[in-house]
Amino acid sequence: MRAFDYIRAGDRAQAVRDGAGPETRFIAGGTNLLDLMKLEVMAPERIVDITRLELGGIEETADGGLRIGALVTNSDLAADARVRRGWPVLSRALLAGASGQLRNKATTGGNLLQRTRCYYFYDRGEPCNKREPGSGCAAMGGMNRILAILGTSEQCIATHPSDMAVAMRALDARVEVEGQDGTREIALDDFYCSPGDTPHIETVLAPGELITAVILPAPAGGRQIYRKVRDRSSYAFALVSVAAVVEVENGKIAKAQLAFGGLGPMPWRDRAVEEALVGEAPSPALFDRAADILLTEAKGHGGNDFKIPLTRRTLAAVLSQATEAAA
Amino acid sequence: MSLETTRQLKHDTPDHDRRLDGMAQGVLGTDMDRPEGRLKVSGRATYAAETHPEGMAHGYLVRAATIGRITGSNAEAIRAMPGVLHVLEDERMIRNAAQGMAGESPVQKQGQSWYVGQPVACVVAETFEQARHAAQAMMVTIEPDGTHVFDAEAEGVEVDTPEKKQVSQGDLDGAMAEAAFSVDHDYRTPSMSSAAMEPHASVAQWDDEGRVTLRGSYQLLRFNKNELADVLGVAPDKVRILSPYVGGGFGSKLGLAPEAVAAALSAQVLGRPVRVVLHRRQVFETVTRRSETKQRIRLSCDADGKLTGIGHENLVSQLPDEVFSEPVAQGTHFQYAAPNRVVGHNIARIRRSATGSVRAPGEAVGVTAFEIAVDELAKTAGIDPLEFRLRNVPEKHPENGKPFSSSTMEATLREGAARFGWQHSQPRQRREGEWWIGTGMAGAVRVNMMIEAHARVVLTGQGARVECDMTDIGTGSYAILTQVAAELLGFAPAQVETVLGDTDLPPASGSGGSFGAASTSTAVYLACMELRERLAAKIGVKETELTLKDGVATHDNRQTPLTEVLGDEEWRALGHLKPGKAGQEVRQATWGAVFAEVAVNDVTGETRVRRMEGTFAAGRILNLKTARSQCHGGMIWGIGLALTEALEHDPRDGHMVNRDLAEYHLPVNLDVPQLGVHFIEERDDWANPLQAKGIGELSICGSGAAVVNAIENACGVRVRRLPATLDQVMEGLIAQG
Ligand SMILES: Cc1cc2nc3c(=O)[nH]c(=O)nc-3n(C[C@H](O)[C@H](O)[C@H](O)COP(=O)(O)OP(=O)(O)OC[C@H]3O[C@@H](n4cnc5c(N)ncnc54)[C@H](O)[C@@H]3O)c2cc1C
Ligand code: SF4
Repeated sequence: MRAFDYIRAGDRAQAVRDGAGPETRFIAGGTNLLDLMKLEVMAPERIVDITRLELGGIEETADGGLRIGALVTNSDLAADARVRRGWPVLSRALLAGASGQLRNKATTGGNLLQRTRCYYFYDRGEPCNKREPGSGCAAMGGMNRILAILGTSEQCIATHPSDMAVAMRALDARVEVEGQDGTREIALDDFYCSPGDTPHIETVLAPGELITAVILPAPAGGRQIYRKVRDRSSYAFALVSVAAVVEVENGKIAKAQLAFGGLGPMPWRDRAVEEALVGEAPSPALFDRAADILLTEAKGHGGNDFKIPLTRRTLAAVLSQATEAAA
Repeated sequence: MSLETTRQLKHDTPDHDRRLDGMAQGVLGTDMDRPEGRLKVSGRATYAAETHPEGMAHGYLVRAATIGRITGSNAEAIRAMPGVLHVLEDERMIRNAAQGMAGESPVQKQGQSWYVGQPVACVVAETFEQARHAAQAMMVTIEPDGTHVFDAEAEGVEVDTPEKKQVSQGDLDGAMAEAAFSVDHDYRTPSMSSAAMEPHASVAQWDDEGRVTLRGSYQLLRFNKNELADVLGVAPDKVRILSPYVGGGFGSKLGLAPEAVAAALSAQVLGRPVRVVLHRRQVFETVTRRSETKQRIRLSCDADGKLTGIGHENLVSQLPDEVFSEPVAQGTHFQYAAPNRVVGHNIARIRRSATGSVRAPGEAVGVTAFEIAVDELAKTAGIDPLEFRLRNVPEKHPENGKPFSSSTMEATLREGAARFGWQHSQPRQRREGEWWIGTGMAGAVRVNMMIEAHARVVLTGQGARVECDMTDIGTGSYAILTQVAAELLGFAPAQVETVLGDTDLPPASGSGGSFGAASTSTAVYLACMELRERLAAKIGVKETELTLKDGVATHDNRQTPLTEVLGDEEWRALGHLKPGKAGQEVRQATWGAVFAEVAVNDVTGETRVRRMEGTFAAGRILNLKTARSQCHGGMIWGIGLALTEALEHDPRDGHMVNRDLAEYHLPVNLDVPQLGVHFIEERDDWANPLQAKGIGELSICGSGAAVVNAIENACGVRVRRLPATLDQVMEGLIAQG
């Protein structure tokens, strides 16, 4: 770990000001940042501790949605009665992630910004465009079992590893941020960047911009499922995960909001898949068609080829479960 | 009187006296708690890295990122970094840990990076953080020295085929051709890590007389002491190693590892204590791992399911110049009889990190693959796999005709089947929603070994003290040695103190190969028998007529408290076990049977173990609780081997890709169902005077196969490349349609 300056932010304005300095990072739960700093994969010169800021709490919004403070822990969010009632897919996704100890420390803001688990990103002995722009991508032609099949570039095939963010994307969440120029809201749909030639740039956040909350619209209703497929029963990142909010009316799918983990550089959502489902009667053939659309551009890199059939099968199972009795 | 007398046993013959069965204290074999248990769970047991001698500096190892000749480094710049005290680039640093029981310096080929991840320097600084940062900034220049091979199955790989390790009896090809039923498949097991919870750590300190004390985390102290002395070029009596508590070893702490050498050398240069702790990622890379294996197994049988041919030809990997190679077929030599036999052993010399003994070297992977093959043959022959095994219980060692010291194969199979409620069934019969349910079983076998051991027992009227350099690597040595002495000398366990893990004490066996409990217990037994003899002599009776219980000697209907017999005296006796012909005239082994029920998801190929039952026979059980814990651990290892664990090596340079506990998937709680463990009490007189045998490794050998066989029974998919990850199972399910 490189020696660094530590600043404890007393208020948001100070956090945003100090956070905008060069080589500076906010720290919340520290469960991802500290690991990366110990390995010197990230080596900020300055750390701004935001844990004393008033960024906790879960409040109901005027339109029946929820405003989740950036410092709300993954454990608290998963356990919140309103979340469990109105947005159960989020609660389930959170509980499918990490371990009890980690969830007690991990925050909502930090979870959105956690970095990829690509083996080579963690290994300073290896080329990695995300860690060291221009150095190459060791995952190509190397071990890439856990890496992405959608939305990748020649420069990077990393996934975004979060479970929480997958559910949030299915729920049309928005991210509230505060910067030196004030506050703004960014739809989660627009929050993450495609890797392209700049895989080190992962979000649209400007330097020093602070996540203050995540906003969920009013409960989406429907059947909500989070299904995570992984290499052991617990404490492993998703190989493939599906967050689904699906409603069936009169034998036809009336609503389908689907997001996927383990597939892309961001929690993945493809409106064309949803459009293909809505208005149709659920059937294996329909689910297959949805998978075809989702996977049109899918590209395996050897070790992760299996994710393509695995996604197809998991999506079909989730859709069949979501539409079952109602069908 | 502090005269120390010695009792030696050269173990040539069986001991039919079974003296322990006649003892009165009644503590041996119980589920007594570990005497040091409270210290451990309350954080007061001091592990190696937790000792902080005055003035201690911190070392951090530097890793080679490529392979080749080391031509230079930026050590000069590193020395100038904040807090840096020393940059160690000593020729005596070791490239990888010593092999178990080497007793001499491991391969020291510095000036050269043999594999990616080899420690090539050590940076020492005032604080741990400074050392780590400077070590990460250190650049060692390495000139490539040609092209290398990283995969044992690659074309053009250099392969050793040691003549002594090949067996050929009868005509296997003929047997295969004529067989009523046969199977011939390749099985693969992955590169694996011991992944002990406590990372390796050493704190070294030299005194004014040129003697070094190393607080480390090691399994075989008397060997480790000689290894360190040899590396440093000092006499063995100039080395003292302390390992009172070891947070798991599983083979990874058998041999002296690079951190100990770096700590000792740095401490010598600096004249102050130095601690070197391996980062988890370094533990994976620099400590010996279990070799990946490719096993071609051929089996043939007649129409009744009697085996006629056995072939087990193996390929393992190792770095150049290492003598160890995973003895895959160790169990195959005697587990089943068949007149036509071939055993092949091949060692590919590749540039992955060094391989070494990991819990049950040989059988863990060999029996696992073999028991899958047996399942396949039983299925081909249309015979219940349990019945198939019962028809093939060998009467004597099939290769050399020697008798078994005891054979409990049939008993464990029958008892295990009854406990599990085994019923043979066809695949793809049970379904619960998306899940296929199935059951599988496998036999387990592991060779039994004894090695030389010494132990001292000090007797007073109030109690006894056991002293030796034995280690407790979480296995329960403190408990069982206390129990053995308490039983033989007639004390409550609280009156017996056991002091371990110090090379200034008599050299015991250490912990490895499941030989620790039996070997060192025998040394303690001998010392206690010596003391009993001396007590009897002093009282004036025959030793066999002496009953010792609760500190009182009973003889001729009279009772004499030991306080009276000994007064203020302290009697010392040294027990010395020397292995002899008893290990060679018969085949000694432990046996077991494991049954498992799994659920396999028809959509994703995920497997969940729902139930597992292990029945084992391993001689006299010295402590029911610690023995059961060992079996739980072994069965969980079996789950890991079957389903989750694999070290992935980069195809381009062999480096370990998933070298942390997030991505090297050990089974977690949710992967492990309720485990049933049952022991068949056995008295194997050939084993030793205690009739105790090794238990720590047996339960791995077979557990993985039971799970893999259950997957096939559940969903019809046969996995031959472990672990049976969901993608493999899913692909099998897709292929079935
Ligand atoms: C072994 C292991 C297993 C795990 N398994 C899973 C899993 O299965 N599923 C899963 O989803 N996650 C998993 N995680 C990841 C875990 O969820 C994240 O580490 C955690 O959510 C990060 O939150 P944090 O508050 O600790 O973030 P920190 O580590 O504090 O910060 C992470 C990043 O976010 C930035 N940041 C934090 N808060 C803000 C803010 N308010 N505004 C702007 N920037 C901010 C920091 O600067 C930093 O760059 C696992 C982690 C570990 C270590
Ligand atoms: S996939 Fe991305 S993160 Fe992984 S090595 Fe390539 S560039 Fe780095």
